[in-house]
Amino acid sequence: MKDAYDVIVVGGGPAGAVAARYAAEGGASVLLIEKRQEVGDSIRCAEGVPVENLDKYLDIEDRWIAAPIKGATIYVPDGTSVKMRTGDENQISGYILERKIFDRALVEKAAKAGAEVYTKTTATGLIIENGRIAGVKIKRLGMEKDVAANIVIGADGVESKVGRWAGLDTTLKLSDIETGVQYLMTNIDIDEENIEFYMGNQYAPGGYVWVFPKGPGRANVGIGLLGSKIKEGGRPIDYLDKFIENRFPNGKIIEMNYGGVPVSGGMEKIYGAGIMLVGDAGRLTDPLTGGGIKHALWSGELAGITAAEAVKAGDFTEKFMKKYQKAWDDKGGKILSRDLILKNYYIGMTDEEVNKIAKSIEGMDFTGVLEVGKLVKILTSIDKKLLLKLGANQLGL
Amino acid sequence: MTVLINRNKCGYCGACVAVCPTMALDLKEVWIDADENLCNNCSTCKKVCPVGAIEVQR
Repeated sequence: MKDAYDVIVVGGGPAGAVAARYAAEGGASVLLIEKRQEVGDSIRCAEGVPVENLDKYLDIEDRWIAAPIKGATIYVPDGTSVKMRTGDENQISGYILERKIFDRALVEKAAKAGAEVYTKTTATGLIIENGRIAGVKIKRLGMEKDVAANIVIGADGVESKVGRWAGLDTTLKLSDIETGVQYLMTNIDIDEENIEFYMGNQYAPGGYVWVFPKGPGRANVGIGLLGSKIKEGGRPIDYLDKFIENRFPNGKIIEMNYGGVPVSGGMEKIYGAGIMLVGDAGRLTDPLTGGGIKHALWSGELAGITAAEAVKAGDFTEKFMKKYQKAWDDKGGKILSRDLILKNYYIGMTDEEVNKIAKSIEGMDFTGVLEVGKLVKILTSIDKKLLLKLGANQLGL
Repeated sequence: MTVLINRNKCGYCGACVAVCPTMALDLKEVWIDADENLCNNCSTCKKVCPVGAIEVQR
């Protein structure tokens, strides 16, 4: 490890790996550090990702795909279901990943682009001189070292500290986080090309249960609950155990994962002088679905590009870093705002209301509808009151 | 006051760290560290834990 880099990326998940890659490809000297011994493990994720733009970041390879997905079914408490399919038998809407392999492949890309990578290496603080970022305090195998850098990219996940060290308050309120448990189950009866969602308070207060196939008879079966709706005896693990008892009585659990997902819909500022926050660290997860990988890749790319441009320009001011926020707002900001409105609506719904909405569209042809925006368009065209409640303009419909 | 993390239950997801208003908690590689000097006893960490691995003693 050198004493100084142009850019230090803290965290080796998808956001950090992509940020490191784009910064390095743009000509910056880059250090990528990951606190754990390995990247991609242990997972804290349902591993689902839409196909959209994915091949921009990695060549599509079987080794990190657990299952290609062609459909989704939403179940509500009274048993009503809404089935959506891509329509074309060969058309894939998304993948369930093997994050352990996917994340590593992304880090390899960063390494090939010239970034230096260190695992089992932790950031313990920022070095701030004259009010601007001057580097990162790093601990590796028990040895402490100050490493200089003009730009630090915080890709340190839901538990992010980089933002807070830099004066950006990333603290999440209980209503701004979903926490969950997931079991990798085997010996279960599923359609391996179809994902399942179970919505309503009966299944998961303020959240949902998912079944994401990972091959024949195997799936990530998980749950997320809104933090403010968790009660003693009604924690995510309690609800999940109840769910699998009914849905997969003969299933076997071969792996357990826990996770926390920001659902604040971003934050006011994801940058500062010499600092940018990406992925979960910037709270850029989709607040309705909890999906984080796509936004991690997008924000990582934008931050990496901005970092490289800043290095070329020799400008590490807050004003320059604002380019990153602008680029993010243009790319992902609208989705975050729309899905925050939808999340806030959903968490206020009773199960009767959830049932009613599902009933109103039960049996409709949902071929080709595998995206939140399309589904909401259909729902609001049927129920004009819903449209008013959601606020059509704010939704961008 | 003490934050007690039951390591046998904890899956080091970091949700408690994300909600801690005083930065008293830290997710190290595969464990949670609690700094009792920073803890303000709010118990938000206990509430958010997906498995009930946290106790806050007053």
